Amino acid sequence: MKSALSGLLRPYGGWSLRSSMRFNPLTAIGASVLTLIVLLAFIGPLLLQNDPLTVNMSERLLQPSWQYPLGTDHLGRCMFSRLAAGARTTLGIAALALAAVTLIGIPIGLLSGYRRGRIDAILMRIVDAVGAFPDFIMAIAFTGFLGPSLTNLMLSIILVNWIGYARVVRGIVLAEREKEYVLAARAAGCSSGTIIWRHLQPNIISPVIVLAALDIGKMILIIASLSYVGLGAQPPSPEWGAMLNDGRPYFQANPSLMIYPGLAIMLVVISCNLISEGVRDRLDVKGTVFGKGGGAR
Amino acid sequence: MTQLLAVSGLNKTYADDGRTVHALRDVSLHISVGECLGVVGESGSGKSTLVRLLLALERPDSGEAMLDGVPMFQLKPKELRAMRRHIQVVFQDPSAALNQRLPIWRSIMEPLDNFPDEKPAFLADVRHSRRETAVRLLEMVGLQAAHLDRYPHELSGGQKQRVAIARGISLGPKLLICDEPTSSLDVSVQAQMLKLLKELKRELGIAYLFISHDIAAVSMMSDRFIVMKEGQIVDRFARGQLLGEERHAYTRELVAAAT
Repeated sequence: MKSALSGLLRPYGGWSLRSSMRFNPLTAIGASVLTLIVLLAFIGPLLLQNDPLTVNMSERLLQPSWQYPLGTDHLGRCMFSRLAAGARTTLGIAALALAAVTLIGIPIGLLSGYRRGRIDAILMRIVDAVGAFPDFIMAIAFTGFLGPSLTNLMLSIILVNWIGYARVVRGIVLAEREKEYVLAARAAGCSSGTIIWRHLQPNIISPVIVLAALDIGKMILIIASLSYVGLGAQPPSPEWGAMLNDGRPYFQANPSLMIYPGLAIMLVVISCNLISEGVRDRLDVKGTVFGKGGGAR
Repeated sequence: MTQLLAVSGLNKTYADDGRTVHALRDVSLHISVGECLGVVGESGSGKSTLVRLLLALERPDSGEAMLDGVPMFQLKPKELRAMRRHIQVVFQDPSAALNQRLPIWRSIMEPLDNFPDEKPAFLADVRHSRRETAVRLLEMVGLQAAHLDRYPHELSGGQKQRVAIARGISLGPKLLICDEPTSSLDVSVQAQMLKLLKELKRELGIAYLFISHDIAAVSMMSDRFIVMKEGQIVDRFARGQLLGEERHAYTRELVAAAT
């Protein structure tokens, strides 16, 4: 892990930890907002012991108060507690899915790019086949087929999203493996494992982090969207997209039932995108992979 | 002289956009122990393909290379790996040939880290750490211990190429392939680099395959040299043969361009 970390913090050798922590202001805002939301999601329930699932019909659709900081929903459940629980669900699932797609996509990309030949052809046809469908449609089809649940939603996200990592990693490996320092390492008798770990891995880690930061926003959006149409989290479990759907009938009388979860989704997704942008600039990932930014080596 | 490397009938083709490109056609050559064989040719003449084949990074379509009587292209992966320490390389562009993310002593020590039991005679008296071994290698190519922890981007082009040469000789190879080792350097540095390579050859008795498009540099470095064009050897110069005696029209062009 040491080489991964030093490669990340000092991509060209001479950088200090402090300079790599200096991000642009928008990224700092994004990071602060996301941190705040995560903190609220985990600390909120300790400060405010309302159960997000307890129905209390005598206290439905209340205005914000000390007891219920964001009011209650149509079944008298505390909105704040539900949002906090929803954050844990959504962010947790997105994090799990992200871990899974990187663990699947990176090795496949490495294998494909490093071995080339037939194995590359086969793997890349699979990637093309999965990538041929819009990922949202794939996710709907998959959850529709396996039955709506959060687990299946997560599986469908994993199924669709690993290909991005495989593609990016393969592209980098294909380009790097022909460079003279890799040839020199091979001539020096390095094993494939050493070459991949010591020479290729530092090149893939930055783009993968940027891609992951972009993806997490996208994943949160898919989780919320599919839950909204009823293919993800099932009632009564609190999930932002499902909460949007719950609040829909009350929109005219009580718009806050939709505004709060909508705002939460928006803030998290924007924060993730801002962070990914800052990370991309900071890590100086080449423009060819992500369209923008980058620069000479 | 004892023969070190004998290459016979090497052919290599690549598929490029559906067309077949003959990178090497029936290339045969031999190098004796401690000798420098020069190879002159423009880009696309098959020089780089020859390098990749001799480093066993690729296999030829046909032909064989015997290193000390061992057929290189018939070795099993494990034997191939053991053979690698006998043939090392110095590439054209030292910035590309050194991993930018590693301090240079790690790059220098990479071959010896892979073959820890194969310390060459000139390093036998360095008993202690890997860093001390790296210092010795740096000193052999005219750098100092102070450069040990530098990163490639902190060094000049000539210094980087010295680092690459240090890595190339670290295993005490029998053959060092120099693939245009001076082409990316300033003119003033080129001469120093040739001088260094000559000294190392004399001290360590390493044979060179010295590749360049610069016929003047090749004739200065080499005991014998060959001229390549479009994957074929079109001219051969024996020891002591002068540049004025060239026979092939292409060689005349090269000489005319150089003078």
